Amino acid sequence: MKRHLLSAADLSRDDAELVLSTAAELRELADRPIKKLPALRGRTVVNLFFEDSTRTRISFEAAAKRLSADVINFAAKGSSLSKGESLKDTALTLEAMGADAVVVRHGASGAPHRLANSGWVRSSVVNAGDGTHEHPTQALLDAFTMWRHLGESKPGGLEGRKVAIVGDVLHSRVARSNALLLQTLGADVTLVAPPTLLPVGVETWPVEVSYDLDAVIPKADAVMMLRVQAERMNGGFFPTAREYSRRYGLDGRRMATLQDHTIVMHPGPMVRGMEITADVADSDRSVIVEQVTNGVAVRMAVLYLLLGGSTPAVGGEE
Amino acid sequence: MSTSYLIKNVSVLGGEPTDLLLKDGVIADGADASADGAEVIDATGLIALPGLVDLHTHLREPGREDAETVETGTQAAAKGGYTAVHAMANTEPVADTAGVVEQVWRLGREAGYCDVFPVGAVTVGLQGERLAELGAMADSAARVRVFSDDGKCVSDAVLMRRALEYVKAFDGVVAQHAQEPRLTEGAQMNEGELSGRLGLAGWPAVAEEAIIARDVLLAEHVGSRLHVCHVSTAGSVELIRWAKGKAAKDKTWSVTAEACPHHLLLTDELAATYDPIYKVNPPLRSAADVEALKAGLADGTIDIVATDHAPHPHEDKDCEWAAAAFGMLGLETALSIVQQTMVDTGLLDWAGVAERMSAAPARIGRVSDQHGRPVAVGEPANVVLYDPAATRVVDPAESASLSRNTPYRGMELPGRVVATFLRGTATVLDGKLQ
Amino acid sequence: MPAHPQHTPSGSPDGDSTARVVLDAGDIQRALTRISHEILERNKGADDLVLLGIPSRGVPLAERIAERIASVEGYAVPVGSLDVTMYRDDLRMKPARALLPTSIPPGGIDGKVVVLVDDVLFSGRTIRAALDALNDIGRPQAVRLAVLVDRGHRELPIRADFVGKNLPTSLIERVRVTLAGIDEVDAVTIQGLAPEGGAA
Repeated sequence: MKRHLLSAADLSRDDAELVLSTAAELRELADRPIKKLPALRGRTVVNLFFEDSTRTRISFEAAAKRLSADVINFAAKGSSLSKGESLKDTALTLEAMGADAVVVRHGASGAPHRLANSGWVRSSVVNAGDGTHEHPTQALLDAFTMWRHLGESKPGGLEGRKVAIVGDVLHSRVARSNALLLQTLGADVTLVAPPTLLPVGVETWPVEVSYDLDAVIPKADAVMMLRVQAERMNGGFFPTAREYSRRYGLDGRRMATLQDHTIVMHPGPMVRGMEITADVADSDRSVIVEQVTNGVAVRMAVLYLLLGGSTPAVGGEE
Repeated sequence: MSTSYLIKNVSVLGGEPTDLLLKDGVIADGADASADGAEVIDATGLIALPGLVDLHTHLREPGREDAETVETGTQAAAKGGYTAVHAMANTEPVADTAGVVEQVWRLGREAGYCDVFPVGAVTVGLQGERLAELGAMADSAARVRVFSDDGKCVSDAVLMRRALEYVKAFDGVVAQHAQEPRLTEGAQMNEGELSGRLGLAGWPAVAEEAIIARDVLLAEHVGSRLHVCHVSTAGSVELIRWAKGKAAKDKTWSVTAEACPHHLLLTDELAATYDPIYKVNPPLRSAADVEALKAGLADGTIDIVATDHAPHPHEDKDCEWAAAAFGMLGLETALSIVQQTMVDTGLLDWAGVAERMSAAPARIGRVSDQHGRPVAVGEPANVVLYDPAATRVVDPAESASLSRNTPYRGMELPGRVVATFLRGTATVLDGKLQ
Repeated sequence: MPAHPQHTPSGSPDGDSTARVVLDAGDIQRALTRISHEILERNKGADDLVLLGIPSRGVPLAERIAERIASVEGYAVPVGSLDVTMYRDDLRMKPARALLPTSIPPGGIDGKVVVLVDDVLFSGRTIRAALDALNDIGRPQAVRLAVLVDRGHRELPIRADFVGKNLPTSLIERVRVTLAGIDEVDAVTIQGLAPEGGAA
């Protein structure tokens, strides 16, 4: 990781654990009367969202504001894919506004890379989800949540922990980033999905792969359910929603096979009744709401470590 | 009164140095007394090849004159050593009528930098629904013999069969862009480990190979001529090798194939930059595919090198990958890439290069009365002088093309086109357009 | 925490030939005992006291002072830590630094007498940052400052209420506090100008 956070692969283990421990300090802020720190006073953070994602946008917005940064929300109506203003022209506009960081969500895989590496902007670029590529801050908040529950919030706390990531891995930027980051942090990841929803070449990833949910979850320390988007059903990736739920959904019966300490996660938004039933989502094992809380702390940590000093703290490279 | 040129000490196809006289549009003996008064070119160290013939060029005119015109495209061709190009049909309007192909043909004659042979669309508007007036295009002044929906695949099996049958009436050939459309919906790059990692929709090799397999069987069934555009995978090479074995026994049908320079040199690893300068269709493939293509080109399974020169304006590449246009420039770098990948590696000699970049494409395109002839006394003076010992760093700004989308930007490539002669007239001298 | 950019390496106080020990373990014990008594005297008892150490070495000093107060008064004074990293005025001049723990005792600081505890008082900038940080946490009745060593050279109008030892130094000298628990031994050392050609 240099000036940017584009991929979970940009983070070394030291980088990732620095983000987690910084987030742990910043999470306490939520309990204080004044939920604000002065670290980014005078810095400008632009939330550049080419795709609607209110939850991610407000999470970044809260994070930046709690660090006293000025926040500009830029909802680009229609990406260049739909013949709106081009990514480049938007970037030049932001550059002219003096943005110090651009948090970008884009429907095209690699758009944040283009923003960071094409010379259009000088600011730091944080990938807030690009196409079916990556979503590194989601992976960091997921890892942070697991680290608190399973790793005693200590360095190395996720070493050897078993994490099952279940569902539409093929189209999931969350799964990609999580697989990379959890591997970096020493956890053992198993991807569980029907073969049609696994990417080509997944056998070269640093993960185990299974088609059998029932065989995997009794050994897992954390089970992360991925959203199955309605449009996938028309793509013929699986026969029916009912068959999908039966084979890959997490319901009460399957939850009963989990170990006592195992947590259930979901990056949201959930499709209740599809990949997860309501009783599971609302159970004591579910840390889904906490994931949202942790999201703000993790994003504060990322923004602070990228922008707080003269040079980014993570990565150590100029 | 055209200038005549006495080319001294030139090595024809890499052979012993000799002198050539280009006079009155034909090649004459350099020792001939009529050399008096000719402009003398010291070609010591240079190789003479027959003027190159490209079977696959996008000149963009009419319709996208912001990307390329017939004039600028043929200028780029001349700088690359070409004396003839086949202009693909995916213009706006599509070259699917006699009127459009004659317009392109006429623009080529006016430009004068190289001969332009229009390719006719197989189907009306490239829509893949009904045959265009192939006969009218064949009978037009443009004398079209190559038909292609390039950019799109003639995916309907019945339509492809009918096209193959129909072109037999005028010795035409169907040049297929082999891409099964359903297997490549939204495809962005070679399907493989990297596409999965980058989150870019994959373009699987099987989508090319399935169409080639079907088409060679159709060509055999109806006894026609099939040409496969821009072969990009090892599996395709294997299928074509098998098909050629069958066709060789039969003789009533034939299959020919082309490979593009970029597929001989570049691999899909470049997509990891997310820089759309590397976005092309079919996509850059794996290193194993590159090796298979080179082997296929060496043993003749792949008949020719064709550029698929595809100019695009800056804004169509200066954007995110998914939004960018497919395609890259090729005319001015093709010979250098072939030298680097095929000649310098010992896979082809210069005679082999002449066969694959001039003689064979001229035969497939049915223009070998004028092009792709031997560099010999009495032949049309379509000649390129090439310095294989030179090197250059590719600078897009130096391109004659209107566009700048070369993937070789900043790369050092071997060789340099010193001069190109079209029927004895220099289109390029000392590396510069005339 | 790995790659912690702010950690000074723990080590022996006499690791450098130019370093000299100005307070040994016994001196530090006595200084802390005296500070503890002075705090009690000034506050007229331990009521409403909150000790906040400034990480990293202010925190164990605050804990030691609390132990002494407990042994005298039989009352456990709340102890916490106050990280000032984000309030530093030189934040932008260095790479972003890892945060250190902030923990405010459950009773908070509103209306309390907060004693900030740090190892060395020098320019005063850390204490200014600490006062800003406190301002975002609550409104104490009063804020006092206890330091193990005051080495002078103030750059801001700040003074300590309780000082273990006033240590006149020159600007080119470095004062190091090591504390058992974080470091190997209790000691305060002064490292002078390195000899000609020596590593600084």
